[in-house]
Amino acid sequence: MSQADLLHVVTEDDISDRRKLFGRAIVWASALVVALIAAAQTAQQTGIADFGFQTWRPTLYAYILWAVCLCWSQVLVRGEQGKRTLFVLPAALFVISLTVFPLLFGLIIAFSNWNLSSPLGRQFNGLDNVRQMWSDPFYWNALKNMVWYSLAILVEYAIAFGLALLLAAEIRARKFFRVAFLLPLMLSPVAVSWMVGKSMLEIRFGPIARFARWLGWDNPSFFGSPEIARFTIMVLDAWTFIPFMMIMILAGLQAIPKELTEAAKVDGAGPWTTFWQITFPLMLPVSVTAILIRIIFKLKLADIVINLTAGGPGGATDTVTSFIFREYRDRSNVGYGTLLAMIYLVIIIVVMTVLMKLAERFARPRT
Amino acid sequence: MSDAIFRDSDVDLSFRARRFAGKTVIYTLLIAWAIICLFPIYWTITTSFKTAPNVMQGALIPWADYVPAWLGWRSLGLSPDTIGAESTVRSEFMKRFLNSTIASIASSSLAVILGSLAAYGLSRFSYKFGYMRNSDISFFFLSQLILPPVVLALPFLVLYKQLALLDTRIGLVLLYTLTVLPIVIWIMRDQFESIPTELEEAALVDGLSIWGAFFSVILPIALPGMVAAFILSLVLTWNEYFFAALLTSTHANTLPVMVASQTGSQGISWWSMAALSFAAILPLIVLGVALERYLIKGMTAGAVK
Repeated sequence: MSQADLLHVVTEDDISDRRKLFGRAIVWASALVVALIAAAQTAQQTGIADFGFQTWRPTLYAYILWAVCLCWSQVLVRGEQGKRTLFVLPAALFVISLTVFPLLFGLIIAFSNWNLSSPLGRQFNGLDNVRQMWSDPFYWNALKNMVWYSLAILVEYAIAFGLALLLAAEIRARKFFRVAFLLPLMLSPVAVSWMVGKSMLEIRFGPIARFARWLGWDNPSFFGSPEIARFTIMVLDAWTFIPFMMIMILAGLQAIPKELTEAAKVDGAGPWTTFWQITFPLMLPVSVTAILIRIIFKLKLADIVINLTAGGPGGATDTVTSFIFREYRDRSNVGYGTLLAMIYLVIIIVVMTVLMKLAERFARPRT
Repeated sequence: MSDAIFRDSDVDLSFRARRFAGKTVIYTLLIAWAIICLFPIYWTITTSFKTAPNVMQGALIPWADYVPAWLGWRSLGLSPDTIGAESTVRSEFMKRFLNSTIASIASSSLAVILGSLAAYGLSRFSYKFGYMRNSDISFFFLSQLILPPVVLALPFLVLYKQLALLDTRIGLVLLYTLTVLPIVIWIMRDQFESIPTELEEAALVDGLSIWGAFFSVILPIALPGMVAAFILSLVLTWNEYFFAALLTSTHANTLPVMVASQTGSQGISWWSMAALSFAAILPLIVLGVALERYLIKGMTAGAVK
């Protein structure tokens, strides 16, 4: 039932009652401070009393004080055990305060009509936002686009696998090629969307457009029709992220024992058979990890779309993130945007859970 | 000349030819993809030295197709003749550059510190916070990776407004730390699990406390992993655009925001755009070339068991 520590530490903790009491006292005292300040600020916010607060900063400082006291009291009260807790506690507190609170807060915002530029402030409007979302063709369109974008990962995966195979072959100047292949990942998506998306794809003088014309495409417009625009975004995003998958697959390839492929060769298998019978099955776990991580990153895709097409033409390239970004920029309605984001989060959690379960079954080594 | 006594049979010779053909294909593909990867960077550099007619002609090779000019860099105030003079654009650029540097380095450091501690604890001790055990806590941290930034963006916008953290570097640093923390924990957990616990046991027997053992014994061994995590975080935070665009306006905005907002009234001046883009990507190109080993280490952590 109880797991044993990997690292056994035998200590005799002799903690006096007064120390324990002090430890508990500072936590409760600082919590009280947080509660008092928060109450005072709420009172001011609702107009009951005026304490002269400009912002909510005092509450923040009190909260930080409470967090520090909580960490300190761990050591005071629980001695050696507390010191161990101290390894995880700061990170846990950090993440909880920066995600759980905003998420709860976001839930409140999601069901209200809140225009940041209007003086009315937040108004609870029940399920109005849900109704609006239900009949918002652009949001559904953005979700549909996300499916398309995610499907493109399969092609990216194939290319990345090919490149990894090339890099794993016996070649000279491997380091040069590896660095060169890795560079697109280092470039800021914003700079990429400007220099590649806007400059190199520029119809009149862009080198890629001229190349396309030379190949026989008379009027190379990369953002003209919805399909081509979406495809262009896919290509640009693939260009920056293929190195990521490639590096993971390459590491997997290099971890395969040489004996296996050599044995296959001795048994008379050609390269094609060796790949499909030996390499590919062995690479399944790594591939699944790479694809899952890639999907996670793909679901955040926004920078390129925001800078390059702003969702156009007609919402064909919109991702959910870029759509919400514009929704906020154009109407500064926080409530509706938050609801869309929350729904998106629910969808992501469901889809990722299903995918991870499937992957677990799929990638389990077959015996 | 007589026939050689030992000579390759026809089968062997055809084998060599096939091998040669295979090599050619491999190198052709490698070089083709290298061009695909490097050409945009080359285009950015060369465009920053072009003038308007050069850009319109689509000139490719400096000195052959066009005469390089300092036009793009002059507009940034970074060309040889303007570097000494006062320049508002340059001070603007330097401000953004500084913001980016501070935000990315501070958040990466914070994430590496918090993440390493947490990963070490999770790899060594068994915890029980309420019903949550080690695997649950790990999952809690890693699940943050799935959280899309857009979910946090608007609540943070409102919260930061109340806390007067909007358009400050601290606000950005906090958020960036949050976004890279799961990745750091992922990398560092992998790193710590590869270090045998006997090392700390020896240190503890020698009378060090658990934190003393961590700092003086484990940390030096885990340093490559920490560098890897730091570099990967640096890349992600330096390039971050979405939060920076939403949460900053004049004081704290970063280089990507500056790059994105460069649409002049008379069309786009490609040369200054290129110079700016290149200045924005240069630090990471240098970093990538110099520390490629660590980057790869960071990306492959946990992928290969």
